[in-house]
Amino acid sequence: MTGVEQPPAAPPPSSQQPLALRGEQLVKRFGAVTALDGVSFTLGRGEILGILGDNGAGKSTLVKILTGFHQPTSGAMYVNGDETLLRSVDHARSLGIECVYQDLALANSLSIYHNMFLNREIVRRGPLPLLDHRAMREQAAEFLDEIGVHVPSVDLPVERLSGGQRQAIAVARAVHSNAKILLLDEPLAAMGAREAALIIDLIVRLKEKSGLSIIMIMHNYAQTLDIADRIMLMQRGRVTYEQQSAQTSVAELMDIVRREYRAMRAAGAN
Amino acid sequence: MDNVNDSSNVRRRGIARGPRLADWAAELRILLVAVLLAAYFEFSNRDFLLTSASLENLSQFVAPVAIIAFGEIMLMIGGDIDLSVGMVFAFAPFLMVFAADAGAPMWIAVIVGLVAAGVIGFVNGAVTVWLRLPSFVTTLGTLFLVNGITLTISHGTPVPAPGSPTFAAIMGAWGYSEILWTIGIAIVMHILLRHTRWGLHTQASGANPVGASEAGIRVNRLRLGNFILAALLAGLTGILEGFRITSIDPQAGGNQITFLAIAAAVIGGTPLTGGSGTIVGGLIGAAVLGILNDGFTLIGINAFMFNIILGAAILAAMVFNIHVARLGRRGPR
Repeated sequence: MTGVEQPPAAPPPSSQQPLALRGEQLVKRFGAVTALDGVSFTLGRGEILGILGDNGAGKSTLVKILTGFHQPTSGAMYVNGDETLLRSVDHARSLGIECVYQDLALANSLSIYHNMFLNREIVRRGPLPLLDHRAMREQAAEFLDEIGVHVPSVDLPVERLSGGQRQAIAVARAVHSNAKILLLDEPLAAMGAREAALIIDLIVRLKEKSGLSIIMIMHNYAQTLDIADRIMLMQRGRVTYEQQSAQTSVAELMDIVRREYRAMRAAGAN
Repeated sequence: MDNVNDSSNVRRRGIARGPRLADWAAELRILLVAVLLAAYFEFSNRDFLLTSASLENLSQFVAPVAIIAFGEIMLMIGGDIDLSVGMVFAFAPFLMVFAADAGAPMWIAVIVGLVAAGVIGFVNGAVTVWLRLPSFVTTLGTLFLVNGITLTISHGTPVPAPGSPTFAAIMGAWGYSEILWTIGIAIVMHILLRHTRWGLHTQASGANPVGASEAGIRVNRLRLGNFILAALLAGLTGILEGFRITSIDPQAGGNQITFLAIAAAVIGGTPLTGGSGTIVGGLIGAAVLGILNDGFTLIGINAFMFNIILGAAILAAMVFNIHVARLGRRGPR
């Protein structure tokens, strides 16, 4: 490989509790392609970890391993301190790992409250398993209110909402389904400054309120340093830099990326 | 303007909320079209609605189109379509006749016919879902396939409808029995679509198939089930119609009924894009087609002219419905 410095070891977690997530030397190959080339990371409880990197850096593959969608070729995963092989999306979900995908997985023609309860609907007791619209509407409104997401009405179809509101609903849904570890795939993509600020606000609030541990896949360095406690830089399937947000800067990160590219080009020329 | 930070406001609107007019906007719009058309024909020809004979006639046009449309609507909401329903319509009654001829009690014979229809639906669904063909192609194939099977097993000749007069009357021979079946099925299908997880998940799968499966919804199982449901309803319609005209005809149904049903669904407010739709709208859509059909016949438009006007009317109704609906969505609320 190239002459990039090895990333410093992650600082030990301040609390006595086990880490929410830990990955050790995760490798994922798809045929001849190595998408992840020995990635180790930690996620403390109540911590926000921002993962930065270009397309093809392996961020999406890492997220798909964390959600149980892919299984690593080698390496180990620890959930709450226990070594765990995440067999499937349902398995990861049963352990409290929820993911908000970039496409948000919202059904646009359905109302906000139907989306909030998608596949976890409340059904009335009785001989016929009929949907309890009233209970879902009530709980959705209450929950959105509680976490400070304001919509005119939970009856609105999701297609009438702005991008930021839709993102907020998707995040709210994940949290409402008892997420302990939340994975956010590009939550601020294609969003204006005002909307992005609202989502950042919501994520920080959720973290403080319910002690969620959050991994965010991001593109924008400044936004990431603003919101994440710690950042991790991924390039070509490896972690090339890791630091507390307070101890680094956009300039430093840019510098590392540029150095890596120069090294890559030099390697390509040989 | 609402104060978005007023939490009591949000909560109040979240709770206790009965059915509202706005929830029925699509259905009311098409109902208005139906009423206007009926009024027009009633003024042009006094015999249009208010005689028992023409009302019965109208109901018998509407019923088969509507029942088939209900199944088609579920499929269209899920992003599929079934072009073979008109052929299943002719196929199922023959299996019923064979079972009756073999000595089965009539109600068993009807079930045999329905199971046969369900098998066709299963094949449509299985090929579409597991072999990943577009449903348009799958059901285009089964359209010809089922038609050929029906013609072969029937030797191309109609047979008289079996069963006692009472049984026949319940199953469609009595003037209004078909429309009563239609209304009953409409109620069940409406509840299925709006008040069960099956219906809600069908809407979610049609709106965002990837998202729905990410949420853990088994999209393929839903699609398969809706193909079976559509075929069952088509088979039942064929059986009802067979008893009504007292003859089981291998040429009955066909593409005409398929496309009338799809037209009824679209006129009623179910777009072909998937994700949304309405059973009640489909019923009213079928009524609009029936009113046009009977109305033009009664005011004496000749048969060549009739299809021109019917076609133009279908186009106008769809353009009106789709674009007015879009304007309504865009507008403030």
